[in-house]
Amino acid sequence: MRAFSYERAASVEAAAQAAAHNPESRFIAGGTNLLDLMKLEIEKPSHLIDVNGLGLDTIESTAEGGLRIGAVVRNTDLAAHETVRRDYGVLARALVAGASGQLRNRATTAGNLLQRTRCPYFYDPNQPCNKRLPGSGCSAIGGITRQLGVVGTSEACIATHPSDMAVAMRALDAIVDTVKPGGERRSIPIADFHRLPGNTPHIETELQQGEIITSVVLPPPIGGKHIYRKVRDRASYAFALVSVAAVIQPDGTGKVAVGGVAHKPWRIEAAESELPNGARATVSILMADARPTDQNSFKVDLLERTLGAVLAGARG
Amino acid sequence: MVATATVPVTSTSAGSQTRLQSEASVVDIHCTRVAFAVNGTRQELEIDNRTTLLDALREHLHLTGTKKGCDHGQCGACTVIVDGRRINSCLTLAVMHDGDEVTTIEGLGQPGNLHQMQAAFVKHDGFQCGYCTPGQICSAVVVLEEIKANIPSHVTEDLTEQAEITTAEIRERMSGNICRCGAYSNIVDAITEVAGVRT
Repeated sequence: MRAFSYERAASVEAAAQAAAHNPESRFIAGGTNLLDLMKLEIEKPSHLIDVNGLGLDTIESTAEGGLRIGAVVRNTDLAAHETVRRDYGVLARALVAGASGQLRNRATTAGNLLQRTRCPYFYDPNQPCNKRLPGSGCSAIGGITRQLGVVGTSEACIATHPSDMAVAMRALDAIVDTVKPGGERRSIPIADFHRLPGNTPHIETELQQGEIITSVVLPPPIGGKHIYRKVRDRASYAFALVSVAAVIQPDGTGKVAVGGVAHKPWRIEAAESELPNGARATVSILMADARPTDQNSFKVDLLERTLGAVLAGARG
Repeated sequence: MVATATVPVTSTSAGSQTRLQSEASVVDIHCTRVAFAVNGTRQELEIDNRTTLLDALREHLHLTGTKKGCDHGQCGACTVIVDGRRINSCLTLAVMHDGDEVTTIEGLGQPGNLHQMQAAFVKHDGFQCGYCTPGQICSAVVVLEEIKANIPSHVTEDLTEQAEITTAEIRERMSGNICRCGAYSNIVDAITEVAGVRT
């Protein structure tokens, strides 16, 4: 690990300004992904800004009847929160489907959104990777691709976003609230927060240098049946091959986002009009632009069957 | 490359308390003072920022009960209890724990005064080589607390009901502790006995 200086930020604004002044700095909250990558020298910050002491650890109702989740609320606390369990069950289910108990006790809401891919070529500093070293090429294309992306991919990158939580938040139309170094606040719909790889897979979100996430806001509850179904190679503590986050209403309409298939939580609102017609019709739209490899084309079939199971569960 | 000239104290420099103090001014920007309690004893360290809580415990405080397995949060051998929560001590920096209370396997119980979970692991032969055992035991103690506190898991059937202590819950919640000897069934037996669950 490279040496770095460390500060405990005094305020959100001070943290944003400190980060703006040093492009080699990183915010740290849980650290469960960042430190992992720093040990491999994939992340090499010269300065860490600890944002744990800034009062961003609360969950509160909004005036509109939604829920404001502080950026450093731990995954465990969010999953255990009474309102989340009752009104946003798909989020609680997604959270407890991810990582291990120990990791969820440290991992935070904003950090979960900002997780880097688990593409094995990104994690191997000996291999070219456009995400790790822009312009160096993509070792995954033509390599071992079973776990990797099938839709929204590019010639530069076929990595997936690893989060479960973010997939549920995409289905719930969450809003990411931030503060920029100048003090300006903005609210980014989660649909726009994560980027597709295109020619710049190293730029993963819409955040600007120094911009800090302060909270994630859920709109008022929409009722319905909340289901998160994750398919993985072992029963626990593994990343998704595919996952489905769904809120299905009694009349068969609903919202669906899927994980394990793209560089961001994948949702196409137009596909949801097909939900009453079943999984095949819905997935045919969701995956219309899929470009799977021979090794991961199974994900398209698996997604259809997983959504089929979700819709059957919603009826039952 | 690491600028070793300006960072004479690294996380692996065991027993270097004297150097730490004498060279503190030289290494200032890469070191931070931190104080936390470990097993009830207050500890103050001026420590390289890179030092994980795991390395601080093992290399600086010489509490070698906590084990380094993968050092990447995948195996759970380094599990310790911080402010009542189990965490991977390899994926957190020591300097981030100012004011915290850390409990390691040495603090749970000692020879002649075993924690009931330690005694249950011995009784049920919940290990073979023993390397993952401190992490397994720290994790297991808190798993039972988490269920009592109604923290849900992936296998909790109804999110609006109180979580129950079942073997399915224990297996799911212990999935972050890997045992490559494969003592899992005996580990589950030990935990269920402490939990008072009939198997």
